[in-house]
Amino acid sequence: MSASAVHSLWTTAATAAEPISKIDAPKIEYAQLSPTLIVIGAAVVGVLVEAFVPRKSRYYTQVFVAVVALAAAFSAVVALAASGYGTTKAHIAAMGAIAVDGPALFLQGTILLAGILGVFTFAERRLDPEAHGNRVDAFAAQASSVPGSDSEKAAVKAGFTTTEVFPLLLFAISGMLVFPSANDLLTLFVALEVFSLPLYLLCAVARRKRLMSQEAAVKYFLLGAFASAFTLFGIALLYGYAGSMSYATIAHVVDGTVTNVDPALAGTMGNDVLLLMGMALVVMGLLFKVGAVPFHMWTPDVYQGAPTPVTGFMAAATKVAAFGALLRLLYVVLPGMRWDWRPVMWAVAIVTMLGGAIVAITQTDIKRLLAYSSIAHAGFILAGVIATSPDGVSSVLFYLGAYSFVTIGAFAVVTLVRDAGGEATHLSKWAGLGRRSPLVAAVFAVFLLAFAGIPLTSGFAGKFAVFRAAAEGGAGALVVVGVISSAIAAFFYIRVIVLMFFSEPKPEGPTVAVPSPLTMTAIAAGVVVTLVLGVAPQYFLNLANQAGVFVR
Amino acid sequence: MNPVNYLYLSALLFTIGATGVLIRRNAIVVFMCIELMLNACNLAFVVFSRMHGNLDGQIIAFFTMVVAAAEVVVGLAIIVSLFRSRHSASVDDASLMKL
Repeated sequence: MSASAVHSLWTTAATAAEPISKIDAPKIEYAQLSPTLIVIGAAVVGVLVEAFVPRKSRYYTQVFVAVVALAAAFSAVVALAASGYGTTKAHIAAMGAIAVDGPALFLQGTILLAGILGVFTFAERRLDPEAHGNRVDAFAAQASSVPGSDSEKAAVKAGFTTTEVFPLLLFAISGMLVFPSANDLLTLFVALEVFSLPLYLLCAVARRKRLMSQEAAVKYFLLGAFASAFTLFGIALLYGYAGSMSYATIAHVVDGTVTNVDPALAGTMGNDVLLLMGMALVVMGLLFKVGAVPFHMWTPDVYQGAPTPVTGFMAAATKVAAFGALLRLLYVVLPGMRWDWRPVMWAVAIVTMLGGAIVAITQTDIKRLLAYSSIAHAGFILAGVIATSPDGVSSVLFYLGAYSFVTIGAFAVVTLVRDAGGEATHLSKWAGLGRRSPLVAAVFAVFLLAFAGIPLTSGFAGKFAVFRAAAEGGAGALVVVGVISSAIAAFFYIRVIVLMFFSEPKPEGPTVAVPSPLTMTAIAAGVVVTLVLGVAPQYFLNLANQAGVFVR
Repeated sequence: MNPVNYLYLSALLFTIGATGVLIRRNAIVVFMCIELMLNACNLAFVVFSRMHGNLDGQIIAFFTMVVAAAEVVVGLAIIVSLFRSRHSASVDDASLMKL
C-alpha cells in the first residue's frame, strides 16, 4: 500500500465534508461469555465489599461472594456444554476475540473447580493459633506493614486480615478463564497479564515467613514481566508477518491459503524470519508460564516462598490455563509450522521431564520438591502436546483435570503439618508422620502415588493417555524418556512415603493441626477425584475426547 | 523514510532493555528495563500498522500502555514492600531461597 493510501486511512474523514458513518456496535454473545463475566463481576463486587462492608463481616461476605460466583460460573459452563457449545455449536464469539468450544469449556470447568477448592484453602482460619482472640488465616494482617514492626503488631492486635485475597483470586481466575479460550493475540496477551498480576500480589502476603514471601513475589514479578515482554514482542512480529491478530487469519497466512493478498502482506508473508521469531517468542512466554525447562527457574522459589494455599491454587490453575493457551496456539494458529516447532518441543519436553525429576531428588523442602515435581509433570503434558492429534488434545485435557486436583490436595495437606514457626516444610520434620497421624500421612501418600503415576490413581490414567497419544503421534522415543523419568520421579515420591511411615518420629517433631471443614473438603475432593479418575477413568476420558476439537 | 528502519530501532531498544534486565542489580532499574522492552514492542506494533495499512497495531499499542501502567502499580507495590523490610532493592540481596 502506498504512503498516500495509508494516510488516507485517517485523513479522508477530515477533508471530505461527508458525515462520518456511525461505528457499528460490536455484537457480544453475553450468554456464551457468562462464565467469565460472572467471575469478573464478582471480583468487582469483592472490591466494593472491601470499601463498604464493615471489617467484622468482610471475611464472611468475601468467602460467600467468591464461592457463589465460582459455583454459578461453573454451572454456566456446564449449561453451555450441555447445550452443545462444546461440540456441534462450537464457534467464535465476541467479534472473533473468544472461542467457545470443547477445549475452552473443559478447561474453564477445571479452572473453576480448582478455584472453588482454592477459595476453601484460602479461607481456612483454624490452622494458625489465634492472635489476640482473633482467628487468623495464612495471609498477613496488613500486607503493607513491615514484618516485625510496631505497625504490624498493631495490625495483628486490631484483628486485621487481608480479605483482599478473595477479589484478587477472582481476578486471577477470570484471566485464566479467558486465556485458554483467547482467539486473537491481543486477547491472549491481556488475559496473560490479568491472571498474572493478581498472582504476583498474592505471593507477597504470607503471614509467616513474609521476607521469603516478598522475595518470591519479586522474583516471580520480575521474571514474569520479562517473559511477558518477550511474548509481546513475539506477538508484534506475528502481527507484522500476517497483518492481523486473529488466529484464523494468521493460520491462513501461514498455510498460504489467504485470499486477497495486498502488496504489504505480500511483502511480509514471504519473510519467514518474522514468523519463526514471532512463534518462538510467543511459545517461550507460554512455556515460562507452564514452568518448562529452561524457563523454569522461577518455579521452585515461588512455590516455596508463596503462602501455601496460593501455591496450591497457582500450581494447579496456572498450568491448566497456560497449557490450554499453548494447545490452541500450536493447534489452531501454527499447525502449518509443526515441522518447525515439533523438534524444538521434543527437546524442551525431554529436558523438562529429566531435569525436573533429577533435580527433585536433591530437594529437602517439601514445597520445593513438589515444585520440581510440577516441572516434571509439565514435561509429561508436553509429550501429549507434541502428539499433534485429536488424541493429543483430549489426553492433555484429561491429564490437566486429574493433575490439578492432586496438586491442590497435596498442598492443602502441606498446610496441616506445623510447628512453632508455622508450616514445617523441611522433609526431615516429616519423618515418622505416619505413626503420629496415620490418616494425614495416608492421604498424602495417595497424592504422592498419583504424582508418581501408580495404577488405580488418576496420575496413572493421565500418564497412560498422554504417552499413548505421543506414541501414536510418532514420538516413541519421547515416551521412553518419559517412562524413565517417571521411574526417577517415583524414587523420590516413594522416599517421602518411606520417610513418613518407616522412620521413627522425632520427639520435637511437628504437630498436625485439625483443619476446619473447608480444608477438609478440599483435601477430600482431591482424594475422591484422584481415586475415581484412577479406578474408572473411562467416563472422563470420553468427556475429554468429546471436548477435544478446536474451533477455527 | 523506509519504515523498516524503525523496526531495527525497535529491535535495538528491545535488546537494550533485555540486556539491562540481565545485568542491572537494582530491582527498580530492572523494572524500568522491562518497561523499555514493552515500549520497543509498541514501536514495532505501530510500524507494522503503518506497513500493513490497518489500525490494529495502533489499537494494540494503547492496550500495551494500559497493561504496562497496571504492571507498574503491581510491580512498584511489591518492590517497595521488599525495600521497606530489607532496606535494599538489590535483586542480589534477596536470596533466602537457594538451591
